[in-house]
Amino acid sequence: MFIPKDPFNVIVGGVGGQGNVLASQILGEMLIIQGYVITIGETYGASQRGGAVMSHLRISAKDQFSPLIPEGKCDLLVALEPVEGLRILAHYGNPGVITLLNLRPIHPIDVISGDIVYPELSQVIAKIKELSRQVWALNATEVALEIGDPIFSNIVMLGALNAIEVLPIHRRGFESVIVDLFPSRTLNENLMAFDKGREVVQKIH
Amino acid sequence: MKSIIQNIPGKTVLLMGNEAIARGALEAGVKVCAAYPGNPSSEIIGTLAQVADEMGLHVEWSVNEKVALEVAAAASFAGLRGLCAMKQNGLNVASDFLLNLNLTGCRGGLVLVVADDPAGVSSSNEEDSRIFAKLGDLPLLEPAHFQEAKEMTTFAFEISEQLGLPVLIRSVTRVSHARGNVCLDELPQSSHRPGFETNRPLTAFPALPHHKILHEKFNRAKQIVEASPFNIYRGPEKPELMVFTCGSGWMYSLEAVISLNAQDRVGILKLGTTWPLPENLVTQHLRQADRILFLEEVDPFLENNVKEIYAQNCLTLGLKAFFGKTSGHVPDIGELHPENVLRAIQSIMNISYEPRPSDYAARAREAAAELIPDRALGFCAGCPHRSTYWAIKVALALDGRDGIVLGDIGCYSLGIGPSGFGQMKTLHAMGSGTGLACGFGQLNHFGLNQPVIAVCGDSTFYHAAMPALANAHYNGANFLLLLLDNSATAMTGFQPHPGTGETATGKEAPVIDLKAICEVFGARVEVVDPFDVEATVKTLLNLLQDEKGVRVLILKRECALLSAKHQRRLFRVEVDQKRCLGETCGCNRLCTRLFKCPGLMWDKSAGKARIDEAICTGCGVCAEICPASAIRKEKI
Repeated sequence: MFIPKDPFNVIVGGVGGQGNVLASQILGEMLIIQGYVITIGETYGASQRGGAVMSHLRISAKDQFSPLIPEGKCDLLVALEPVEGLRILAHYGNPGVITLLNLRPIHPIDVISGDIVYPELSQVIAKIKELSRQVWALNATEVALEIGDPIFSNIVMLGALNAIEVLPIHRRGFESVIVDLFPSRTLNENLMAFDKGREVVQKIH
Repeated sequence: MKSIIQNIPGKTVLLMGNEAIARGALEAGVKVCAAYPGNPSSEIIGTLAQVADEMGLHVEWSVNEKVALEVAAAASFAGLRGLCAMKQNGLNVASDFLLNLNLTGCRGGLVLVVADDPAGVSSSNEEDSRIFAKLGDLPLLEPAHFQEAKEMTTFAFEISEQLGLPVLIRSVTRVSHARGNVCLDELPQSSHRPGFETNRPLTAFPALPHHKILHEKFNRAKQIVEASPFNIYRGPEKPELMVFTCGSGWMYSLEAVISLNAQDRVGILKLGTTWPLPENLVTQHLRQADRILFLEEVDPFLENNVKEIYAQNCLTLGLKAFFGKTSGHVPDIGELHPENVLRAIQSIMNISYEPRPSDYAARAREAAAELIPDRALGFCAGCPHRSTYWAIKVALALDGRDGIVLGDIGCYSLGIGPSGFGQMKTLHAMGSGTGLACGFGQLNHFGLNQPVIAVCGDSTFYHAAMPALANAHYNGANFLLLLLDNSATAMTGFQPHPGTGETATGKEAPVIDLKAICEVFGARVEVVDPFDVEATVKTLLNLLQDEKGVRVLILKRECALLSAKHQRRLFRVEVDQKRCLGETCGCNRLCTRLFKCPGLMWDKSAGKARIDEAICTGCGVCAEICPASAIRKEKI
């Protein structure tokens, strides 16, 4: 399996604290061991504290690309939060984009305070569908809570990404990256999260 | 994580720009590494700290950037290679030493990496640190990608030794905090024994002869940079437009030119050695085109310096049109990104370009405008700073004299915004809240009748507020200092500091006790847990009304993110749906509307508050503030 175009541009987006930087790093590691040239642009710092966060992944067979994807050039969107998905499509979307969506909203503090409202989820999903070539949606946070900790939502999403077969990534590649990056005690939970993500998407299919 | 010390030359690994710099230092045989953490530079020394024992290095988090540079310079003075890293603000702190160090020069290779934060994404300011290289006649290198970040670091050590001068590397967020392929080279085996030649002292004074030597060294640097492989040209021999760029601008320019299908019309000269500039190379490329565009981040540094070279040679070079920040073709604030780079080239070349179908773009923007709520920054769920600011807000309201809260740098800077209830009223440099309080604390002599409060984090206190506290006691300033002790340098990734009992390399260290220091400095000191809101408000009020010199309140509670790593939650928190009176309570949704913890939700259908179990960390503070006692906490 190869990348569908070169460079292939992936955005992993969500809210600070959801682990999107880590998810993109794992994805990058899974691809670099297959010989791809990877660039990942990460947002750091103040973004840890509740702000909108994106990681840009550029995958190429030959060239190093800049860490920021140009306007309208996202090929695959992994949205860890619904309105963040829409926010990204607004700038980076195009009629060919494939979207993998976690349905669990995280309310901004101004929504919690009642100063603004979080839009109807169904409306957000409808817009994301309208703006994507294809959408795969699941409640990754719920799956992660079943495993025991919402922190695994990002890994559930990586499992789901594996199942939709857009990128040349494999479970054994995931396992070897996880073994390198994390303490061994979390290996089983991470693998379980990955497998659950795969299963959920396979059921949609 | 230890791919950074794999000794497998030729192997390609995925490294963050900061890790690539660390690897470059290891390949150069660095021995001593020091920094004060600050984004986007923190991972350079953080990475080296993790491998210090295996690689036989001394790696430390110093209390501030000036000390860090002095530590690294000492290694150089004794013949070893030293590395120091900091963010742009850090160089302001270290600059006093740096602008004497240029006069004495150094012995072993000494490299100072400054990671600038264009747009101030995780900084209080936006600043271009390259000006310090010009100010100090010091060589400056700017990596454009990850492989270069590694190679430039190794090269920087070599020319530092060759010239006897510290060398600056200026990185930016999109190099430091991005990841990409890096091909490894060999890690050297070296066991050089340090020694300081006491017959060759290093003193900046007397200045003039040393200034003369510095200029001689600088002239040698000019020759070195002419042949540097870090300066690359891509494009036709005689382009219609010549782009001069450096750092992050290189890859944006390459992609923009391809997107505009202008490869045979636009040339790009990427400069890695930006001070001193390679004058011959620059002149040669100025000659090839009549239109020149500068793409760089923050200030027009390259732009102005190339124009100086042009001015010297304008008779032979003829007329040129210059485009960049000065002409308004490139924004003079904020980051470069693919769009503003493309737009600059597009507008000068008059090429039409549509990134995606215009009807799609219109629909996408419309959907965003209609549906997407803003996502303001705020304290994490369970953050002790939220309850601290809540207590400040309540205490100041009870005190009734319109107290002033002076702040500075750390997570607690968010006290300027809604999640800190807008309590913080000044924000400048590290420790400047306490310094300003030294001044405000004298203004009662002129009739100021507002109480003065400074807030300061634990790491910031050691960095820059200790001299201010000594000053306060010595000069009799009248204020209340709140030390927000969350046992971490949290904003930058939980680096240890003198109060944590741990070194950069994870070894046990003596704890320099905040309370003891403040008492030695003559302050009355109290300690509270900010999660105990009632006690905190009471103590705050009492200290506010004491008004005898400087008083200190230490608000001690570990950072919630740190607690989550090693400790289960304190409480199980839930909203008793029967007791929560919802909209009819009269509290006007105090918990969500005012307290605004992300762990709380307003359940619209029930018209009552609820806990978001995916986010709540179980600190239990909201249970204390609910006037109907509807939020219940149960010890776990």
